[in-house]
Amino acid sequence: MDNIARSLAMIVGEAYFSNQPEETYFYARDPGLMPPHKPDYVVIPKCVEEIQEIVRVASREKIPIVPMGAGLALTGLIIPLKGGIVIDMKRMNRILKVNEKARHVIVEGGTSQGFLKAYLEKNYPRLRHSIPDSPATATIAANVMIHGQGRLTQQYGFNSDMIAGLEVVLASGEVCKIGSCTVSPDWFSKGAPLPDLSGLFLGWFGATGIITKVAVKLYPKKKMRDVEIFITDREDLVPDMVYELTHTEMVEDINIFSQPKPMIFKDNHHIAIFITGDTDEELEFKRKTAWYSLDRFIKSKDGGFMGVPPVMKPTLLEMPQRSVSRFADVKKGGGFEYSGPIIMVEKYPECARKIVELAKKYDLGYSGMARIIGRSHAMMYGFAFTFNRADPDMMDRTREALREVSEFALEAGGVFWKATVEEQQMAIEKMDPNTLGLMKMIKENLDPNGILNPGNWEVI
Amino acid sequence: MIALKYDENLCKTCPTGDCLVKCQYLDVDKKAAVEEMVKIGQGADSFVLQDCVTCYACEEYCKRGNHPFYLITEKREEKGILTSPRAITQQWVHIGEPQGKYRLGDIKERVLSFGFMPEFLQWVKGKLFEDVMPSFIFGQEFFCNVVYIHFANTSIIKERLPRIVDNIRKLGVKEVVFVHDECYAAFAHLAPAYGIEVPFKSVHYFEYLYNRLKALKELIRPVNVRVAYQRPCSSRLSSDQHHFVADIMELIGVDLVQREYQDDNALCCGGIYAMAFGYDLAHDVQKRNIDDMVEHGAQYCVFNCPACQSAIGDKVAKKGIKPIHLIHLCRMAIGELGEQEGGC
Repeated sequence: MDNIARSLAMIVGEAYFSNQPEETYFYARDPGLMPPHKPDYVVIPKCVEEIQEIVRVASREKIPIVPMGAGLALTGLIIPLKGGIVIDMKRMNRILKVNEKARHVIVEGGTSQGFLKAYLEKNYPRLRHSIPDSPATATIAANVMIHGQGRLTQQYGFNSDMIAGLEVVLASGEVCKIGSCTVSPDWFSKGAPLPDLSGLFLGWFGATGIITKVAVKLYPKKKMRDVEIFITDREDLVPDMVYELTHTEMVEDINIFSQPKPMIFKDNHHIAIFITGDTDEELEFKRKTAWYSLDRFIKSKDGGFMGVPPVMKPTLLEMPQRSVSRFADVKKGGGFEYSGPIIMVEKYPECARKIVELAKKYDLGYSGMARIIGRSHAMMYGFAFTFNRADPDMMDRTREALREVSEFALEAGGVFWKATVEEQQMAIEKMDPNTLGLMKMIKENLDPNGILNPGNWEVI
Repeated sequence: MIALKYDENLCKTCPTGDCLVKCQYLDVDKKAAVEEMVKIGQGADSFVLQDCVTCYACEEYCKRGNHPFYLITEKREEKGILTSPRAITQQWVHIGEPQGKYRLGDIKERVLSFGFMPEFLQWVKGKLFEDVMPSFIFGQEFFCNVVYIHFANTSIIKERLPRIVDNIRKLGVKEVVFVHDECYAAFAHLAPAYGIEVPFKSVHYFEYLYNRLKALKELIRPVNVRVAYQRPCSSRLSSDQHHFVADIMELIGVDLVQREYQDDNALCCGGIYAMAFGYDLAHDVQKRNIDDMVEHGAQYCVFNCPACQSAIGDKVAKKGIKPIHLIHLCRMAIGELGEQEGGC
């Protein structure tokens, strides 16, 4: 065992350290299409002090550090492109505090979405967080760090907009608090009214610091929840439909999907409209309002509410939705990747046409899926393709299709979400030079040795 | 040549105009009814073509067998008048498209047809069906496609129905007991109306259940509940079978409440109305219908069609009325299901 290995093993304990191939094999990859690259070491720390020590070792030895949640981003963000140490955050999974009346929770950096959901259901049944549709093992810290979206995104914006405070370990090993918690015992704001420093870390994919604690806002959980699906064969009308729905301010979440299979979905665009209420009357009022908002499209025969079959409802209403995972295995072989640019809702028609064009060109199974962000302020449009991992040709075709998506998205005015390294470079090339200069200043100052998730946001 | 058998003279000489006079959704007197139907038959425009909500009831109201609803449907399609949003129509057309995913039981000369309603794969069991099961057919390949008359799309029925007939014929089946009455209507009512030959005997499951219950009479214990019957649109196409509802209820000791919206005056579940016309019509019809059940003291709402049950089952339950399919009610009567298991 080399000196670094010995140091790391001493910090976390031998049981939570490895440099063996059976472990580094797994930590070399994510479930997407990016080529693997092995780390030299894997550690699973239990507390922030251990992370501080690990970072100090890495800083001293000038070796890379890659913080990892559940490793589900699909775009290679946790693949250690230059080797080094992967810090698996899973043991730091405690829920530290819930303030029921102020509606926020403070969790450790490895706490999973599923754990928080279960905890709130058991202990605070009137509270919920904005759970994404990634598998329940996805971590809250990583999700907000990549500007993820969840069930409450139509109402409250990106999940990162719902942060109420951060604790971050810097490249120096120092711990830094971000938000109200820096001057107050209470974690109620990530910035305001102070200078908002959260942007130094959010969206950076760990290239400026390691999030070890995060406070997220919680929201009222209504007793009832239901879903309606409005369908149309006119993709060009979808933005208008979304505009009407968001105008009602009665809807919890809006997802849109189009896919050729099963046959019930063929040729149409499906706007899934989720509503909640504490009483039958509240739920029905919201339902009625949502229906009325789209009445002109029904009258013109451009769209209508489909009858949602009873067997379909539980699937749609579960959180997270497992149908996403099921789609991943359509081609048998468990391959699934999507490129999900954040883009204006008015670009929906172009996106919907593009995915059909690419699926045809590359002979791939597909699902186009959009989640509305804010009151139609933007959307994440997921160009999702499914492939068989045992079929290298199909994987190559998927890569090519996704590469074309990236070019299309940038051209259409979109911004890559959880961008691959290649997409990051594309964004950097297109970026305003002064902004790029500012990013360089931040990176140089926060990570002078370039040890934090190198390969990502390489602005220097 | 598959074409609707329609006789303009029957409309011209109609003594009642019942097809439209009795319509619950249009306000038409006898003179106007006759005039509008003659106009429609001649290919002229009529407000009926725009305003008909596709409840099917005029097929029953016309005692001269002149198929007013099929005629309205044909003419709507000819003129490109949409009843529902295009996407809804398209979705339903896709749903019924054969996929090669049909299911066959142990096929005998007599089979049960579940059409394309997966509920029946679970619901059809027990002594009531033991003299036929496991001889059954299920899937799009055996789906009658009659639902497309809701969407003014008879051309797809004309295209698919002969193939369905042929699929059943190839199985060597002599008699089919249809567990959904729209399928029964396809072969016993619509096919003859269009001159499509059906080489097997069609039996409605009402008749089948009635006979089975009589055969199992010693097992019957009166259920002793007050029920409202939710008559589906499809039942209007097989009105000759409707009497079995009362017959069965009497046989199993059920009090069929005499409410406003039953028999000729039955109201649709509203499922199709919601898809086609939006919130108001569907909810008005559903509210009147369910309020009527409540006012008449119904304890159970008995469904014939799973789609109706899906559309308003939860809503009747919220009013304290237990939704139940007729099959389950009959199984309760012979002691196969308890009160708790009966609802679904």
